[in-house]
Amino acid sequence: MSTLLELSGVSVSFDGFKAINNLSFQIGEPEMRAIIGPNGAGKTTFMDIITGKTRPDEGRVLWGEKGVSLLSMSESQIAQAGIGRKFQKPTVFEAQTVRENLAMALKNKRGPFDVLFYRKSAEGAARIDAIAEEIGLTSDLARPAGELSHGQKQWLEIGMLLAQDPRLLLVDEPAAGMTPSEREHTTDLLKRAAQTRAVVVVEHDMEFVRRLDCKVTVLHEGSVLAEGRLDHVTQNKDVIDVYLGR
Amino acid sequence: MTFTATNARPAPRRSFIAQNPSVLWFLLALAVFTLGVTLLSEATGTGFLSTSFVKTLGKTLCLCLVAIAMDVVWGYCGILSLGHMAFFGIGGYAIGMWLMYARTEIIVTRSLMAAPIPPTEQEIVDSIGTQIFGVVGSSEFPLIWSFADSLFLQLLMVIAVPGLLALVFGWLAFRSRVTGVYLSILTQAMTLALSLYLFQNDSGLRGNNGLSGLQNIPGLEEMGQATLSIVFFWASALALGMGYVMFAWVVSGKMGSVIRGIRDNEARVRFLGYPVERFKLFVFTLTAVVAAIAGALYYPQAGIINPAEIAPIASIYLAVWVAIGGRGRLYGAAIGAAFVSLLSSWFTGGGAPDINLGFYRIQWTDWWLILLGLSFVAVTLFAPKGIGGLFDLLSHRHAPDRVGDYGPDKGALRAEEGSEPEEAK
Repeated sequence: MSTLLELSGVSVSFDGFKAINNLSFQIGEPEMRAIIGPNGAGKTTFMDIITGKTRPDEGRVLWGEKGVSLLSMSESQIAQAGIGRKFQKPTVFEAQTVRENLAMALKNKRGPFDVLFYRKSAEGAARIDAIAEEIGLTSDLARPAGELSHGQKQWLEIGMLLAQDPRLLLVDEPAAGMTPSEREHTTDLLKRAAQTRAVVVVEHDMEFVRRLDCKVTVLHEGSVLAEGRLDHVTQNKDVIDVYLGR
Repeated sequence: MTFTATNARPAPRRSFIAQNPSVLWFLLALAVFTLGVTLLSEATGTGFLSTSFVKTLGKTLCLCLVAIAMDVVWGYCGILSLGHMAFFGIGGYAIGMWLMYARTEIIVTRSLMAAPIPPTEQEIVDSIGTQIFGVVGSSEFPLIWSFADSLFLQLLMVIAVPGLLALVFGWLAFRSRVTGVYLSILTQAMTLALSLYLFQNDSGLRGNNGLSGLQNIPGLEEMGQATLSIVFFWASALALGMGYVMFAWVVSGKMGSVIRGIRDNEARVRFLGYPVERFKLFVFTLTAVVAAIAGALYYPQAGIINPAEIAPIASIYLAVWVAIGGRGRLYGAAIGAAFVSLLSSWFTGGGAPDINLGFYRIQWTDWWLILLGLSFVAVTLFAPKGIGGLFDLLSHRHAPDRVGDYGPDKGALRAEEGSEPEEAK
């Protein structure tokens, strides 16, 4: 397992409020990691920094074997480099069909002229079918994504993430608003993905994190409070004080 | 739900026309219309339609072309540009410069040939300059007229000038992530600046006189306006047909998917790895060039172009046509442009009878704009799909059966600090 992403000494503040404070973080490939922390711990900002939405005031964000800095790259370049993100609120293209949503995410060249002269291929169609199968939306491929239920939209977004074929998946609260059986399905999906890639899951729900059965990083006030197995961190005194003990 | 079951089959590969049946219908309607006008015109048919009306119809086709360009940039890509009529006007000026130069050259040469001493090259050019710029108290050719003697180079200018302007302007605006209403204001400012500049006498384009006599095509004098109107009508119809097919191709398939994605959620498209700015720039520039081509076909039929044609109000009209016709569908934009612009010339041209209310007389030349404004508001509020929406009744196109709140139900939604909603950015 080699290091895929490394953040060191990253800080960012919004109007004087330090959202991320001297944060250091590492993840290898393949690996599953859960990030927990109370509200305002900086979990979403952490993802914003990695995906290029927010620029940190200081610190380094290095990617891949060559240690390329992500800080000088745009959001789309970072995504092309192999970082996929799923938002907390499912954001799929409601007016387009499930198939179109997946096709758009499919790993291909991203320039305007590549897209304009893009021709559908049999491999692409097969890949879409395979992903649709995996996320349980095979019979809904021709439906507009806006018609899907909330849980289905979550899965569609996870499917879009898989279609991008990223090396690192950032998943923000994948289980929000899902029924228990849907949650189980989601856990399986993520675990399968983590066999070949790095997966970072931000989650509030302790039960969900327990089922993921992976290393946990606890964030608090913008920096890492504890790291380790779930049982280990839940016994940590600091963690109990700031998060679990509330 | 039976709807789901019937759609469960994997989508087979189909031809472009099969996927976009509206293209075939549109081309068919355009062909029938073109043929009909040809058979009824003075030059080639029964003479039922006057030459000036054929010109009006030809101009309307050009407006349809610029409207579908506007629909692609606004209805599909979500960029409310209030500058596309400026590109239209630039196209008109570019072709107008050649038309005016070449025609003046013929007239001047003819009159100087009568003189006892044959004129030199320089004398001819000076004399053309005096003829063209006398009206603004000058006789010098400004630098921008350098290519005016060459039809080929001026045709190149029709594409190059608006293309470059759109490219540079778009690059600056999109790179700074200017979106929404701010971008509209910016494009409107560009339009206003351009028209104010052209209004100046020393702009080199004859100030508020504009370019005139454009209906006389040099070299085709003996053809006569009746035949010429049909030639331009056909050229406009051809351009509209080709433009329609090209745009239908651009907005179908994966490109269309990405463009509509940008309209609906720009940030999400960016996180999928698409360089959103370059896509917007592509759409903005392509539509600007098409708008300019439409303008280059329009003004020889109109006969005159002046800076008022470029004023922001023209671009706002364009947006109104597209909105009334129906955004996000190409035929809707074409129908909107044709319907509203023809209706507008009927009302403002005194075609509509005044209404006498006893205490007040409604004169449509004054009241038409108010009627147009009210119908714009009504369409926006009550029929956002516009006139094109009527076609959905024929084809039974269903809207998604979920509207409004797409998010998790209230119980499941947990707000988190630091995570602003995506759209709020």
